[in-house]
Amino acid sequence: MMKFLSRHRHATQKVGFALITLIAFATVLPIIGTVIFILVQGGSAISWEFLTGFPRDGMRGGGILPAIVGTLYLTLGVAAFSVPLGIAAAIYLAEYAKDNRATRLIRLAIVNLAGIPSVVYGLFGLGLFVVFLRLGSSILAASLTLSIMTLPVIISATEEALRSVPQSFRTVSISLGATRWQTIRKVILKEALPGILTGVILGLERAAGETAPILFTGAAFFLPRLPHSPFDATMALPYHLFVISTQVPNMPIQIQYGTALVLLVFVLTMNVIATVIRSRARAKRQW
Amino acid sequence: MEKSLHWREFIITQIIKLSGYSAIVFVALILLFLLNEGLPALGKADLSSLFGTRWYPIENYFGILPLVSGSLVVTFGAALIAVPLGIGTAVYIAEIAPRWVREILKPLVELLGGLPSVVLGFLGILVVSPYLRLFLNLPTGLTAFTGSLLLGGIAVPTIVSVAEDALDAVPRSYREGAWALGATQWQTIWRVTLPAAKSGVLTGVMLGIGRAIGETMTVMMVTGNAPVLAFKLGSLFAPARTMTATIAAEMGEVANGSAHYHVLFLIGIILFLISLLVNVLASSVIFRARRRAERILS
Repeated sequence: MMKFLSRHRHATQKVGFALITLIAFATVLPIIGTVIFILVQGGSAISWEFLTGFPRDGMRGGGILPAIVGTLYLTLGVAAFSVPLGIAAAIYLAEYAKDNRATRLIRLAIVNLAGIPSVVYGLFGLGLFVVFLRLGSSILAASLTLSIMTLPVIISATEEALRSVPQSFRTVSISLGATRWQTIRKVILKEALPGILTGVILGLERAAGETAPILFTGAAFFLPRLPHSPFDATMALPYHLFVISTQVPNMPIQIQYGTALVLLVFVLTMNVIATVIRSRARAKRQW
Repeated sequence: MEKSLHWREFIITQIIKLSGYSAIVFVALILLFLLNEGLPALGKADLSSLFGTRWYPIENYFGILPLVSGSLVVTFGAALIAVPLGIGTAVYIAEIAPRWVREILKPLVELLGGLPSVVLGFLGILVVSPYLRLFLNLPTGLTAFTGSLLLGGIAVPTIVSVAEDALDAVPRSYREGAWALGATQWQTIWRVTLPAAKSGVLTGVMLGIGRAIGETMTVMMVTGNAPVLAFKLGSLFAPARTMTATIAAEMGEVANGSAHYHVLFLIGIILFLISLLVNVLASSVIFRARRRAERILS
């Protein structure tokens, strides 16, 4: 008790707060530093040719168009698979599932999917999609692999958004004669949309930046053209950055920073859009 | 019209139910394919080779111990960095920071979580490792510690967001009670709020460490990838090679069905089991804490 009320306790608080504040800034400043550093270093590499040209001279010159387009294709592919499946799974968990053993098992499975290392997804994608289903190393196989990895992010975010819609909305809709599905589709999904969108974009952001899952399922070292079909392999920004920063000798540093910049901008844009949607929805929410 | 409505409702409900169970199906499929491709390794490579200390696949030395120890050393270093930073930042955001600072810091930490690991690895090669080499006077900047530093950055956002949620969930009345007894804000944080949020904070720490073990690209790019057994004190500052980096670096070059191929899947099984363990432990901590809270409140 004496210690609890000791005379120094206010001094201790001052020192403690200073320390914690220092720790918080030690965490945050490198993040800001990293982003600014890449923006500054990479900025000079960005030109029309860099963004719309093909790599030349063993990737030591030219542009990175195939990598940009590849990452776009992969992200769209992931969206096509994981968004409908993830939202449907979240609807089941939030609106239909009873609190029983099976539901707990589903939740455990989702938590596990979220924790599996990305390179293990790569192994799985190689085993199931590339070899067993004979899709080969392709955009399709890589998208499917990334989709399963993204699924837990989308399910968790969507479920949270659905659960935050007040119960009274459901009661009123059902009492007006709407069926359960009509209630979900016309009332609940509409109200939960900003939350769902935020989760979906954050999930896609993660998929767009991943390298390990596509290493053996669809990433190409170099392609002289754009992919023609979902069964073609593709270049991708994260894998390209890995390749030019570790596998190519005498790589001009400018191109490396430029590629990192494009990847960063791609990912940050999604991040900022998600953050803006969320904060605007929070400000507008009336319930 | 009535009837078609019922049919549609029925079909849609079934589709939603099926989707609900998809997560279980995927976890089962992942396990199935890992076992199917990984277990043959036990027949194709000698057991004595598998538990040996030498990883040199070209000559059929498949000792996974150096890789396991490499993962452990890098992750241990990352935890040393990420746990204090993560918990400190969570406490700052949840308890100390004024509202406007919180509104800036939270998205920034989330942004760190969204940075592609390959970008961190890239900066690790170009910026972090040369400076480390200079400051610590090492023969190379590509060491386990370089990996730990960057992995710390990858684990921090997970720890912060889970721990901050846990701190936020502590009822305000707990704090008010402590203040009323004459405790300072600082004493309240350490003796009331943090202990009350203990299980959530612990969950965050475990999930963060789980992410660090599973990280691939960053460690592959900056740890130097030397498969040496690392149980000496200096191992943290020597090159190391993790399980994840080994799979990523070598899977592209092995022949399907060779012993090497199956051993890489076997390492995948080990990683799967580690993440399973971490996540089951983490979620059981949450469940136990929630049950206890319900008991206290009822």
